[in-house]
Amino acid sequence: MRHLLNPLDFSVEEISQLLDLASDIEHHLPKYAHVCDGKKIATLFYEPSTRTRLSFESAMLSLGGSVLGFSSADSSSAAKGESVADTIRMISCYADICAMRHPKEGAPLVAANHSSIPVINAGDGGHQHPTQTLTDLMTIRSLLGRLNGMTVGLCGDLKFGRTVHSLINALVRYPDIRFILISPPELRVPEYIREDVLKAKNIEFKEADNLDEAMPELDILYMTRVQRERFFNEEDYIRLKDCYILDKAKMKLARETMFVLHPLPRVNEISVEVDSDPRAAYFRQVQYGVYVRMALIMTLLEVEKPC
Amino acid sequence: MLNISGLKEGIVLDHIQAGKSLDIYYHLGLDKLECQVAIIKNAKSNKMGRKDIIKIEGDLNNLDLKVLGYIDHNITVNIIQDNKIVEKKTLKLPKKITNVIHCKNPRCITSIEQELPDIFYLSDEKTETYRCLYCEEKYGK
Repeated sequence: MRHLLNPLDFSVEEISQLLDLASDIEHHLPKYAHVCDGKKIATLFYEPSTRTRLSFESAMLSLGGSVLGFSSADSSSAAKGESVADTIRMISCYADICAMRHPKEGAPLVAANHSSIPVINAGDGGHQHPTQTLTDLMTIRSLLGRLNGMTVGLCGDLKFGRTVHSLINALVRYPDIRFILISPPELRVPEYIREDVLKAKNIEFKEADNLDEAMPELDILYMTRVQRERFFNEEDYIRLKDCYILDKAKMKLARETMFVLHPLPRVNEISVEVDSDPRAAYFRQVQYGVYVRMALIMTLLEVEKPC
Repeated sequence: MLNISGLKEGIVLDHIQAGKSLDIYYHLGLDKLECQVAIIKNAKSNKMGRKDIIKIEGDLNNLDLKVLGYIDHNITVNIIQDNKIVEKKTLKLPKKITNVIHCKNPRCITSIEQELPDIFYLSDEKTETYRCLYCEEKYGK
């Protein structure tokens, strides 16, 4: 039995197979409509999430399975003080697979250590969000036709943005990747990403304050939201929340072949006027997220690919 | 000059960084043992200038040398039998340590579920960096 706790739990080869399956699902959706008949996914969401939870639920329903779970800690036994270990032991009796989001980092690992069903980390604090990474990889591969040989700009909250950390970790495994890390000094990537990942693997990267200057160099621009819930200090949040806003004027500086991704939800860091630009790929990204989660559920449940 | 009697059977922890012996005393759980323990602080050392030494009497199979390796792998462990050093153990940085240090990351699951064991793994031997198994936060010694 396998879990997915970290994007690096899967090798490059395994990710390739998963994305191939997701791509096949995208193009032959009806053929997958009953591959998980009778199977149940438990979505254990200890903190609010619209997209990720509904994406998992949509994925399982599209495979013919069913869904149970909770969408906040208040409506679970966690409010009564139940441990993650006890909750997962109980859920293992009810469902075949589970997706867990938790505000505390490492909670899905604790769950996996006590679970008899596959556990998918659906986001743990500022730590990891592997299914978002798989979604990002699938989106990039679908749009550019490759996962190597590109300049990726990551912009916004690079300090607390777990999607950013996970994506960097995943992309450095492919050849000829270059990063431009655009953020205010207070929200730079953590030291372990800079030292242990980028420098240790000899990956070309630069840190920048100015989005305009970086735009012409990019194949992918990955925008992120400055997340209120990651700050202990409201003043810091208010000071930094509007530091980068992508608008039409900035898009004019970009290549015609560049694509904009965003893990969503956005607040105001991408102006709505950008939505109609063909290079705005963040809503297509959401759709890819469902396909990749369908492929992941099938893979972890060891469901055979239909003929 | 201070004289501490010889040790017939037991362990001598030598070359402890001066001032660290009490930390080690508690980390190794020596306060819970009933055997004789001598702590020598600020002993003169050619190699270190000043050093601490701990002498522990008796059979010490249950002494957790992994903890000692984490605290300071430069400490020398001398096994004494019949008043003689019969073995000198060298310490290594342990790959994993359990319930020695506690994660300081307020976002870590161990901050709310206190019954979880505190597990850290050695993520970089060169820089002697340990990270929390759960949240991967670096632990600064």
